[in-house]
Amino acid sequence: MAYRIIDSCVNCWACEPLCPSDAIRPADPPQVTHFSIDARACTECEGDHAAAQCASICPVEGAILDAAGEAVNPPGSLTGIPPERLAQAMTEIRAR
Amino acid sequence: MALEALDQPKSPAASPAAGSGCASGSCGSSADKLAHLPEHIRAKVHNHPCFSEEAHHHYARMHVAVAPACNIQCHYCNRKYDCSNESRPGVVSELLTPEQAVAKTLAVAAEIPQMTVLGIAGPGDPLANPERTLATFRALSEKAPDIKLCVSTNGLALPALVDEICEHNIDHVTITINCVDPEIGAKIYPWIFWNNRRIKGVKAAKILIEQQQQGLQMLCDRGVLVKVNSVLIPGVNDAHLPEVSRVVKAKGAFLHNVMPLIAEPEHGTFYGLMGQRGPSHDELQTLQDACAGDMAMMRHCRQCRADAVGMLGEDRGAEFSNEKVAAMDIDYAAAMARRAEVHAAIEANRSAQQQQRPDQPSETFVPITALLDGRKQRQPGSTTAAAPAARFAVASTGGGVINQHFGHAREFLVYEAASVDQDVDVRFLGTRKVDLYCAGGDTCGEAEDALADTIRTLAGVTGVLCSKIGIEPWDRLEAAGLVPNGEHAMEPIEDAVAALYRELLAAGRLTAPPAATALSA
Ligand code: SF4
Ligand code: SF4
Repeated sequence: MAYRIIDSCVNCWACEPLCPSDAIRPADPPQVTHFSIDARACTECEGDHAAAQCASICPVEGAILDAAGEAVNPPGSLTGIPPERLAQAMTEIRAR
Repeated sequence: MALEALDQPKSPAASPAAGSGCASGSCGSSADKLAHLPEHIRAKVHNHPCFSEEAHHHYARMHVAVAPACNIQCHYCNRKYDCSNESRPGVVSELLTPEQAVAKTLAVAAEIPQMTVLGIAGPGDPLANPERTLATFRALSEKAPDIKLCVSTNGLALPALVDEICEHNIDHVTITINCVDPEIGAKIYPWIFWNNRRIKGVKAAKILIEQQQQGLQMLCDRGVLVKVNSVLIPGVNDAHLPEVSRVVKAKGAFLHNVMPLIAEPEHGTFYGLMGQRGPSHDELQTLQDACAGDMAMMRHCRQCRADAVGMLGEDRGAEFSNEKVAAMDIDYAAAMARRAEVHAAIEANRSAQQQQRPDQPSETFVPITALLDGRKQRQPGSTTAAAPAARFAVASTGGGVINQHFGHAREFLVYEAASVDQDVDVRFLGTRKVDLYCAGGDTCGEAEDALADTIRTLAGVTGVLCSKIGIEPWDRLEAAGLVPNGEHAMEPIEDAVAALYRELLAAGRLTAPPAATALSA
């Protein structure tokens, strides 16, 4: 079982040095545009930490999925911005 | 260590006050405001390229973006972009490896001897990336002992790293401290990463504040210059900042710099999206006057170009791209000898200037404070703005004068002018990069041309001051309701801003404040 980083990752490097299993691979543009987790190496931090390290520092909501494919940090959970407010603002900005 | 000697004032007359030739009323106070600091700290500040008004014209610093990660979240920051404590929201800088950063620094230092301070400020928190930051410092301390190093941090990882930081050629540290009360902190910082866990709320703020205060104390105990930055967030920490100022100064911070919150929905930040407003001119002014200690010093600190590459009056950034730097073969020992010669010549020139009569114009001296003297003697609280404040964007490559073509400007310095009693008060708010940022992601902005981007970047600004401007941009600016002006080329920025403000005021063009006044810098 492994965690996964998806394309909303902003390549901030925060997760990479924390991984106890050395499972996190930096982006390698232009082919690989964001960080990724080597599924064979990821241990979900079991035995090392109570909480998955990558998902505990990642600043981007939704960028890291757990083994079940659920966002570990769902929308609103880190920034406190209600998802509806964000969606509304995006619509307004696009309409300008 | 040739630079060590350069940083000692040659004589009491070498203080910034003596060199700048401004009225004794305002300059005399700068020494008094520092009176609580130990002598060695005062000596450092007085002749410092970042903080001394006079030294500022001769030396410059540069930043390298080696530290991408951050260990906290601030409500005014969106980690898609660079840390908002150090640059305007919405800016993205290219990340360098420590090796690239060292190579670039040596290349710039060899080419531009005036570059004497190297800073690491982001794009995340330098101390949340200790390996990358310390590797850069280690290599530079070793290879270029004549370059001083500085670092900015949110303070969370500071106590653990103070000793290692101090092993290097560290000159000063900037800590962003927005509060000393965890209840207020919880409204600014949604979470921190601490001891392998994400911690939220008041508990998180309490840990952050403890670490900041402890780190500040440790640095001051070790004789390192510490500057504190605070972001003024109306309704959140405005009433609290004088207390922050008192606490950090008591610990030994030599400067407390209050910056306005910049919050717009485009930045995708909590404050931007939730409609938190930035401070008004009066709110900012009141707090800056109460906290800064020394306005002239702070003004210079904030005007720092953070980019020595532009110091020589033209933008030379392109000469130092990663590819070009990689191809250079820098003999730094030889460069260091040349630098020492240039520095000696600068010092000789400075002493000569300091002996000139103050009213005699000199080549590099720009009397930026000239305008402020009257303002400083005003009674606080008696200020009633008779006319609305207005913002002006200035194209300048540094040196405190308007010396850049509109079309060449990659960023604008934004000033706000307000009529106070008989006087015009001009203050620096921040820089705006001519980058289009957009929370909408991939779709917006593509079809627009560069000029439209620039005009959008200048929202809320009334006038644009530059050395020259083409006819087409002139017309487009006017059509967008902006006032272009190229009549003040090579004049000191603050004089020119005040002049244009007076002109517009007299022409009745400043009757209503621009709608965005309260929102953006
Ligand atoms: S869950 Fe733990 S082991 Fe897996 S990638 Fe994240 S930090 Fe590494
Ligand atoms: S912490 Fe999150 S955003 Fe940053 S690199 Fe890792 S996955 Fe990407």
